[in-house]
Amino acid sequence: MPVLHVENVRKSYGGSSFALDGVSFSIEKGEFVAIIGPSGAGKSTLLRCINRLIAVTSGTVSVDGTDVTKVSNSGLRILRRTVGMIFQHYNLVNRLTVIENVLHGRLGYKSSLSGTFGLFSHAEKMRAYELLQAVGLSEQIYQRCGQLSGGQKQRVGIARALIQDPTLMLCDEPIASLDPNAAKIVMDTLRDINQRLGITVVANLHQVHAAREYAHRIIGVNAGKVVFDGPPSLLTLEIIQQIYGSEAQDLMLAEGELHA
Amino acid sequence: MTPPTQMSLPRRPFDRSIALMRFIVVLLFVLTLYGFTALETGGVNMADAWSMLADNAATLFFRPALANVTVSELLVSLGVTIGLGFLTTVFGAVIGFGLALASALNIAPVWLSVLVKGFTAIVRAIPTVLWVLIFAVSAGLGSVAAVLGMTFHSAGYLIKAYAESFEDVDAGSIEALRAGGADWWHIVGQVVTPSAMPALISWTFLRFEINFSTAIAMGAAAGAGGIGFDMFMASGFYLNIREMGAFTYAILIFAVIMELIATRLQTRQTHR
Amino acid sequence: MRSFDFLMRQRLAVGLVFLGILIASYVAVVVTEYDVVKGFQSIPKAVIWSSENFYPDEKSLKRLPKIIAKMQETLVTAVTATTCAAFVGFLVAILGANATRPHWVFSIVSRAIASLFRNVDVSAWSLILLFSFGQSMFTGYLALFFVTFGFMVRMLMETIDLSSADTIEALRATGASPSAVITQSVIPTCMPQFVSWTLFMIETNIRSATLVGILTGTGIGNLFDIYYKSLNYHAASLVIVVIVIAVLLIESVSNAIRRVVLQ
Ligand SMILES: Nc1ncnc2c1ncn2[C@@H]1O[C@H](COP(=O)(O)OP(=O)(O)OP(=O)(O)O)[C@@H](O)[C@H]1O
Ligand SMILES: [Mg+2]
Repeated sequence: MPVLHVENVRKSYGGSSFALDGVSFSIEKGEFVAIIGPSGAGKSTLLRCINRLIAVTSGTVSVDGTDVTKVSNSGLRILRRTVGMIFQHYNLVNRLTVIENVLHGRLGYKSSLSGTFGLFSHAEKMRAYELLQAVGLSEQIYQRCGQLSGGQKQRVGIARALIQDPTLMLCDEPIASLDPNAAKIVMDTLRDINQRLGITVVANLHQVHAAREYAHRIIGVNAGKVVFDGPPSLLTLEIIQQIYGSEAQDLMLAEGELHA
Repeated sequence: MTPPTQMSLPRRPFDRSIALMRFIVVLLFVLTLYGFTALETGGVNMADAWSMLADNAATLFFRPALANVTVSELLVSLGVTIGLGFLTTVFGAVIGFGLALASALNIAPVWLSVLVKGFTAIVRAIPTVLWVLIFAVSAGLGSVAAVLGMTFHSAGYLIKAYAESFEDVDAGSIEALRAGGADWWHIVGQVVTPSAMPALISWTFLRFEINFSTAIAMGAAAGAGGIGFDMFMASGFYLNIREMGAFTYAILIFAVIMELIATRLQTRQTHR
Repeated sequence: MRSFDFLMRQRLAVGLVFLGILIASYVAVVVTEYDVVKGFQSIPKAVIWSSENFYPDEKSLKRLPKIIAKMQETLVTAVTATTCAAFVGFLVAILGANATRPHWVFSIVSRAIASLFRNVDVSAWSLILLFSFGQSMFTGYLALFFVTFGFMVRMLMETIDLSSADTIEALRATGASPSAVITQSVIPTCMPQFVSWTLFMIETNIRSATLVGILTGTGIGNLFDIYYKSLNYHAASLVIVVIVIAVLLIESVSNAIRRVVLQ
């Protein structure tokens, strides 16, 4: 059974055009999949349809065999806690400390009452501490998130997702706001999670070279449709041009420099 | 991957900001509890008063009617109140602009800035109604005292707001002109005023909304005329709640229109 | 050539705006029957009169304990009304903000309520409330509560939407319950702004409470009114001195708090 199965998903934000226009694919356990495409192609929309932060207009999405589009509210909470998510702008509570933000990843496992009052067990706190050590932030656990650098914030985001014990990890442009050094650390961490913990990773990426380097499989999206689905080795210049349309020129230049 | 036994978390260091915030919240809570014990109700039966308020509110909002003034008199009253608000905003803006130039730290000398800021802090600390009453002693109750008193407070407010807007102007662009040999007037005219203009406009507009409210209050509490005085009469003299309703609607309609314009101004600015 | 045209047109527009303001001011002078000449004459007159009569003398100092007691009464009314309104306002703002509302209908209702309570001036509320609650501190408390409530709902709705939309999305994605999203993300994110607005409204309400006091016959406003009407200007000026000291003190304390809390 695939970890994620998306079938004929369409999404319209009202109006006549579709942000997603009949998207289908399946992802097996342990894959590292990159989704690439030009700005406005529907990558973020697609990712948010997977954990129903956005409701699809038609089609089905199943995670671990559960149909996300039909599940009840309480079922949705149970489903979401097994799906970790990290964001381009990290989406951390800047006023709270690093460890408090990581513990937020446990809220899906809590009753409304203990979640509301933020009552976390000693074991959960220790687990948060270990995860922070693992991502290299053991020194900063009581620092406020607002005071961290972008790369550090994204690692807090990763720790928050990992403490959920996810089977699937969704990453929406995880490195788009980072400098190359920090970006490499974050991508290496994601690879590590994928290889050592066997967590399936689906990442929207804006950088073709990063997708090539880290992913087993690349899905190209343009105007809400899947236009490429295959291993990085099959991603030729023509196909990149197909995926990116008019944006391709700039990308190709950047890629050219990279390969030169 | 299992952790070594009994590893413990490091201790959490003290966070001044969070501690202070908690302290403030607790302090305000205690003060509020004390406030409730101290709040005297003038021997009014609370249950009766609340049910009466509900009745009154229903009459006020659902059966408004004029009795002691005509529609045209109501419009004139509203015009007087708007006029008071407008005039004091214009006066306040003119004085505010001049003195803000004298108190913005990036264009004025420090001693002058401290002097003006200190003076305006005191002007602002005195409630508008007291300013009006002070002027009323020599000018008599009426529009002269109201305009003067409201202008004082209005100017005090705008001096501070304008000065802060001037101080937000990019220091680099002032420096660039200064390096080119521009004098003080050039800097004020070519950099500071144009850059701060959107902020000045929105502060002025905000102050006009405040001055409109204040003009109502001055009519009610300091004999300044206008719709505030009409309300005062309807409330204290004729005891006519339905007429209060008509006045309330007149105020509401004007205020909501102002709010809509302000929102439009704001979105236009942020889109620029 | 074109830029010259543009500059000319801009000058013309600015000129027209100023002309418009001038005309409107003239109309306002006529409507309000404001006597410009008398206005200018009154300023020096007021200054001279104040320096001769409007200062605390030795006799008025005996009234200081009473003035301070009334000031305290007014402060307590202002603080109590503000904190209660801020608290209730926060709850309504959470229900109404786009990022946290249970249903879009709540947004419209919250916005309408906020607009109603804020846009009817505090003096008008006082006059309305006098009908049912009579002349008492409680009437003033309610009037201040209403206006502050309206203000807080509007400001906090904006704050919630501007500052916590991102983290709300992240916590929803972890499967957190709606109430946990609010306590773990919305409240910590908005708390500093909330405290800051509350302090701001306390400052404003101390001044408003003076006005409300004149209308409802309570607190420092009423005391001023009594001295003023009995032509006891020395005592009236002492009241003003006490108000100025209290307001400046509270302003500087709350500025200091704001600096630390907002960092
Ligand atoms: N909340 C929304 N309301 C209306 N339209 C939206 C909304 N979110 C996205 N869209 C539209 O849907 C389309 C897809 O947007 P989406 O954000 O998914 O693209 P993306 O591939 O993530 O782009 P980017 O690389 O810029 O993040 C775009 O045309 C966008 O304008
Ligand atoms: Mg996106």
